Amino acid sequence: MNEKPVAAVHERVQAVERLLESASVIKPSEIDEFSKLAQESWIPQNGARLIARAWTDPAFKQHLLQNGKAAAESMGFGMPAHHRHFVVLENTEHVHNVICCSLCSCTAFSIIGLPPDWYKDFEYRSRLVRQARIVLSEMGLRLAADTEIRVWDTTADTRYMVMPRRPSYSEGWGEAELAGIITKDAMIGVASLEP
Amino acid sequence: MDGVHDLGGKQGFGSVRFVKNAAVFHHDWELRANALYALCARKGLINMDEYRHAIERMEPRHYLAASYYERSLTGLASLLVEKGFASTEELNALAGGLFPLALPGGPGRSQPQDRAQFKPGDRVCVRSDYVSGHVRMPAYIRGKSGVVISVSPAYPFPDAHAHGLSADDEPTYDVRFQAEELWPEASEPAMVHVGVFESYLLAIKPCGEPAQAHTPASESLRSAP
Repeated sequence: MNEKPVAAVHERVQAVERLLESASVIKPSEIDEFSKLAQESWIPQNGARLIARAWTDPAFKQHLLQNGKAAAESMGFGMPAHHRHFVVLENTEHVHNVICCSLCSCTAFSIIGLPPDWYKDFEYRSRLVRQARIVLSEMGLRLAADTEIRVWDTTADTRYMVMPRRPSYSEGWGEAELAGIITKDAMIGVASLEP
Repeated sequence: MDGVHDLGGKQGFGSVRFVKNAAVFHHDWELRANALYALCARKGLINMDEYRHAIERMEPRHYLAASYYERSLTGLASLLVEKGFASTEELNALAGGLFPLALPGGPGRSQPQDRAQFKPGDRVCVRSDYVSGHVRMPAYIRGKSGVVISVSPAYPFPDAHAHGLSADDEPTYDVRFQAEELWPEASEPAMVHVGVFESYLLAIKPCGEPAQAHTPASESLRSAP
């Protein structure tokens, strides 16, 4: 056995950085540029703007439900090359959709933002597919007994986003105002927008 | 591979550690680890299937104890060593300590010759395949039957793509299963949709019986006999 202690994780990150830089694969500036993209461009407001427009523009809603990737691109929101398909799942009075990734932690991250810790944790990955109603209820979302729950496990490279129900208090609101209340949690399907 | 990563339906885990509108990153190294794997994928140094497989090949105790971004870093570093960018010793030296990597895995596989195409409404059965290499079929659907809901564009076949084997791109299908049929015990009624590669499916209804042509479209498994 190797007696050496395991290097701290930030030291290991730095080691891979140095390796890739010395092999001229990555320039230091690229890491900063990419991190900026991850924090400033891949934000839940992208998905929120798509949904707010769909709530107020029936033709756009049809487009978004039929060809999510094209609809997102029409508003300037791209996806990585391996995300070849983007499916938007509409919640209704009787149907509630919720997404997960039991095998790793896939999400439509350029549209709804990168996934939070709990989405990547083993509790959510193991339990949601088997006990969705209980898990959602533990997370504070209590659904009516007659609401049909549809779980979507992201096991291929199709990506999903939940379109939450427009809350009753938002009558007459404009797109920007509507987009302001749509959260990443609601687009994953673990929260509703009703108070 | 039937690894610890294949968590769907596993029992014993507690409540989700849910925080409303949680932050994504907590440390600068997480941001950098995220950028490193993504840049390597963008530059074609690694593909997403071999990257996912490298994470799955982590020693189970390490996999379970590591945070998400540590798993990401370990997967990338393992591939860099396997591709000859550095030796394990060089990586240890660069890190100033031990740099634990993934273990070697089993072989990949090519597509089956008897692939069939499906359309929405088709009843399908997931093949009872046991694969030592990379596979994107979660074990909880193995041998189970469901209904095709929609078809997605063709993607590289992961079982081959993760291992550098050549294979055709193939469609994936969103297949609807009933949670109560997947787990007759300790499950809650729900429709569970899984993105399933064509090669994982058979046109058999129900599982074990011969295929029937043009099964009528069914809205839900609940209407199944």
